[in-house]
Amino acid sequence: MSEKIKKLEQAVDKKLTVAEAYAMRPRHWLLYTLIVLIVVGLAGWSSTTMKFEGMTVTGSEVAKGIISGITHPDLALMFGTGDTGVPYLLLQTMAIAVLGTIFGAILAIPFAFLASTNIMSKPVAYLFRVLILLIRTIPSLVWALMWIRVTGPGAACGVITQSVCSIGMISKMYITAIEDLDTRILESLDAMGCTAFQKIRYGVIPQLTASFISTTIYRFDINLKDATTLGIVGAGGIGASLVQCLNSRRWAMVGSFVWGLMVLVLIIEFLSTRVRKKLAQGK
Amino acid sequence: MDENTSSVLKLTWFDKIFKPQVITLANGHQTIRRRSRTPLILALVLAAIVLSFRMTEFNFAAIARNFDKLLDLFFKLFHPKWSYFSKVVGPLVDTVKMSILGTLIGCLVGLPVAILASSNINKNAVVVSAFRFILALIRTIPTLVIALVFALIYGLGTFAGTLAIALFTFGIVAKMLYESIEVIDMGPFEAMEALGADKFQAFWSACMPQILPVYLSHSLYCFEMNVRASAILGYVGAGGLGIMINERIGWRDYNGLGMVLLMLFVVVVAIEFFSEYLRKKLS
Repeated sequence: MSEKIKKLEQAVDKKLTVAEAYAMRPRHWLLYTLIVLIVVGLAGWSSTTMKFEGMTVTGSEVAKGIISGITHPDLALMFGTGDTGVPYLLLQTMAIAVLGTIFGAILAIPFAFLASTNIMSKPVAYLFRVLILLIRTIPSLVWALMWIRVTGPGAACGVITQSVCSIGMISKMYITAIEDLDTRILESLDAMGCTAFQKIRYGVIPQLTASFISTTIYRFDINLKDATTLGIVGAGGIGASLVQCLNSRRWAMVGSFVWGLMVLVLIIEFLSTRVRKKLAQGK
Repeated sequence: MDENTSSVLKLTWFDKIFKPQVITLANGHQTIRRRSRTPLILALVLAAIVLSFRMTEFNFAAIARNFDKLLDLFFKLFHPKWSYFSKVVGPLVDTVKMSILGTLIGCLVGLPVAILASSNINKNAVVVSAFRFILALIRTIPTLVIALVFALIYGLGTFAGTLAIALFTFGIVAKMLYESIEVIDMGPFEAMEALGADKFQAFWSACMPQILPVYLSHSLYCFEMNVRASAILGYVGAGGLGIMINERIGWRDYNGLGMVLLMLFVVVVAIEFFSEYLRKKLS
């Protein structure tokens, strides 16, 4: 390292021409070739399991069916008001996401405080971190399949699944917010003679609310997308009907479900990005 | 937060209904203070919660009543069937291979599209918004649904899963990347253009070095996510661990499921640590 610096100093002293300085530019070609080789090697290794057998007999029919379904959706289903109509199912999906996110956000608060190194001792904090990681690794579909034994099939299963699944990510982001707490504010409140309750009310809560709410809204965004797939295992929402229609090849119905889903997710994503931008600017 | 002087305060529809409070200061100046929006927001959230409870028929009593079933299930999960190890390895490696290849394809396709979708490099606003809209549409469709569609077209197996992961990664990487490209420093690019470099040369040597580390970091992040996501793709027949998870749950062999989840956990944690280490080096 010091040799490099010496070389650079010499170069500066000598007043090199542009061409000479350019010839001394840092080169990483060895590192780059290594990275490319590793990536190519990984690609080669992982493509060994791929068995491409061309399309299935009905493959082209399926592709055509999906395109025709999306271009000609079942309008009666799309705007129907009954229990099986798209609006009702979308509303139910949203209801699952709302409850799941709110329960998850509340459940994540104790987890986050217990796993923050600036509040708890290190062993306790790391223990809770492993627990959070454990919750996060189990796929949400598996959680749903386990909770279904408790609640039975239906939207309630989706709610409890999302409440548990959300804990992982939400508490991870809460922890970052808690560890970034400005402790000087707490010290000055201490110097003013505030009680513990006052310190929490005026020193901690104002620092955390914005980022907590922002995290929760972000998770709502994710949960809404997740809730659409939970239906596959029977946990309510639009997913069940969508997969049933796909498997029984009713393309027009598939089209109307997909349209409904896309519009809902796009609207929610747009709104959530706007609100989070406002929160980040402190309004 | 909401205290502003009357001269700069813009009245929104909210302030027209709930008139701001007028405060007269000691020196005779008048200033206004907006009414808090918190009660309105709280009321809306509460209404959403009540509606969601109705739609999902969620009640705590039923869950508390059947909670011992879950505990029983967890007890079995934490006593994994060790003899199962050799059977899990194959599908687990398949899952990792699927996510490696899918991530690679998705990221490779994502880079040029992300460049075309960033407004500071591509000055054609129509093309930029067209690409962004397509990316947004891709992101709205759940991975499982994409996987199911590919499984119907190309037959069951890892090929369909890889394609699904590639498409899903493409949507996310391209979005994250164009957001990062838009905040890079365009000064060097302009300087090189002023020196007579053409657009491609200027982009290659002024923008690429700024984009590349971010690109690699986003790709690694996606890979982390994909390992977790691809574990459940098998549920719809797209190869990997999901088939096994589905089977174990179907036969209520929770000890076997415990072994599958344990191995998935170990692999996910190992990959997460490795990728976090690499990402720290990149930034």
